[in-house]
Amino acid sequence: MVSEAPAKRRRFRLPFSAWHLLLMPMALLFVVPLVQMLLTSFMSDSDINRFPPKFIPTHLHISGYVGLFTQSHVLRWLLNTVIVATIAVLAHLVLCSTAGYGFARLKFAGRNVGFVLLVATVMIPTQLLMIPTYLMFARVGITDTLAAAFVPWLATAFGVFLMRQFFLSLPAELEEAAAIDGASMRQIFFRIVLPLARPALATLALFTLLSSWNDLIWPLVAISDDRWYTLQVGLTMFQGTRRTQWSLLMAGNVVATLPLIIGFVFAQKRFVANVTFTGLKG
Amino acid sequence: MTFGLATTRVAPPPRVAEAPPSRWRRGTRRAASGWAFAGPATLIVVGLSIFPAVWAFFISRTKWNGISPARDVGWGNYQLMADDPELRAAIGHTLTLTALFVPSSIALGMLIAVALNRKIKLVGFYRTCIFVPYVASAAATGILASFVFNPQFGVANDMLRRLHLPTQQFLESHSQALVVICLIALWGEVGFTAVIYLAALQDIPRELVEAAAVDGAGRWRAFWHVVMPQLRPVTVFVAVWESINAIQLFDLIYTTTRGGPLGSSETVVYYMYELAFQTQKFGYGSAVAYGLFAFTMLLTLGIFWYSKRSKIEAF
Repeated sequence: MVSEAPAKRRRFRLPFSAWHLLLMPMALLFVVPLVQMLLTSFMSDSDINRFPPKFIPTHLHISGYVGLFTQSHVLRWLLNTVIVATIAVLAHLVLCSTAGYGFARLKFAGRNVGFVLLVATVMIPTQLLMIPTYLMFARVGITDTLAAAFVPWLATAFGVFLMRQFFLSLPAELEEAAAIDGASMRQIFFRIVLPLARPALATLALFTLLSSWNDLIWPLVAISDDRWYTLQVGLTMFQGTRRTQWSLLMAGNVVATLPLIIGFVFAQKRFVANVTFTGLKG
Repeated sequence: MTFGLATTRVAPPPRVAEAPPSRWRRGTRRAASGWAFAGPATLIVVGLSIFPAVWAFFISRTKWNGISPARDVGWGNYQLMADDPELRAAIGHTLTLTALFVPSSIALGMLIAVALNRKIKLVGFYRTCIFVPYVASAAATGILASFVFNPQFGVANDMLRRLHLPTQQFLESHSQALVVICLIALWGEVGFTAVIYLAALQDIPRELVEAAAVDGAGRWRAFWHVVMPQLRPVTVFVAVWESINAIQLFDLIYTTTRGGPLGSSETVVYYMYELAFQTQKFGYGSAVAYGLFAFTMLLTLGIFWYSKRSKIEAF
């Protein structure tokens, strides 16, 4: 250290931390494509196909959005996605928190078998389930309905596991004290445990929102009626038929991603904290 | 609890005779309330995974297009897999993608996390920027990427032109498509890996690194010998998570190349999707899916076994 110091002093020193040289280009690399998506959605197709390509539109064109809203059921797809995501989040909050609590705190016959079965399902790849689930949905008659998109998102092993880990980390004394005071199981859960679980519930809600909003494979497999598409399926179908209408495709992309991106930027601090929370829990 | 046990043990005979039914009743009441809490979610998850998974096994032993009656072919589909050149190519592509994606997402995630862990200006802004692509759906990312990497008027080639470098075909070249898909997947996923590493870095006790500095270790050596071992459990978790992501990557391929050009980016998952939902080969498709399941499980167990052997507590 001592022998190194003089050499360091002689060296040219940047007026800012050298880490900026890594982070600034990185940050641009991650964000500029999204900015371009937004800008391109406001270009005319002739502007987009110009050579060399332009980054900033000369005039603001809304033809992409006009085309998107007149030539597709995009508003309906947006509504479908919102419905699916809302049901998914609400169902997750109710079903995964109760199940997580049951597996963490209550002692009952079959608890361990149930939990092991649940965790084992994580190993099964979605692709294995596509064919039988499609057939199952067809038998029940919910293909081509929104139910096909939200039923797989009602509860997930990940959600139950997350909530169980959280409840295990809570000290049990509070609940024991309430039980001695004569509170019923239901009262303990709703009045004492759930209010404490707010951070875990927020994490669960965020992840469920992200994965159900962005899910492509289930609605793609089970829904072929374009009135019941979700945004993601609608987008990919659109891409298949209008390969070169970039303004329209980018407008669709903006509609599909902007709500979550804006939500993320506003809830950013909380969001990253929540991701780390899950990350640590594995 | 212990008090209760003690009283039953010394209880007079008539109470002992009464005890079993009441304990049994208490047991059933407990089970009823336990399952009232745990049952609905368990039923949904198990019903939507274990039941179809078992069904998929029976389907995999038939030849079936979903309309005409299924014909039992025993292990025929699995034998078919052994000499299917398209499947073999798809396995190769999946392995290449995983081998490219997993190490780079670990290295890049760790590097970004170390950088974000410095107390410098703008660090919150950088973190937001790097994480935003994770929020965008893979479908939208794929569509955006096919625009950016468009050989004629995409930004990627425009940059190359400005730097006087030869332009590329990217997603339309059968030698580059898989690599470009891997880059796009990294763009979307690295934010998540970085945030996980960031959390782990912030959990490392400051005294550990300071002690290393006192002992005369330079920055690099302190990182290598003190910080890195502390990050091992997270690395095992990230390796499992990102391997599964890479093996099951579907949305991006669907929205960029659809397996092309000339099948050069057709992974096992994509091949399976085509078998089942484009050509209605439900039986063979299920067999391929079971192969994929077996492989994923072996890989996951392998990583667990390795981490257990080197005494890393990952989960």
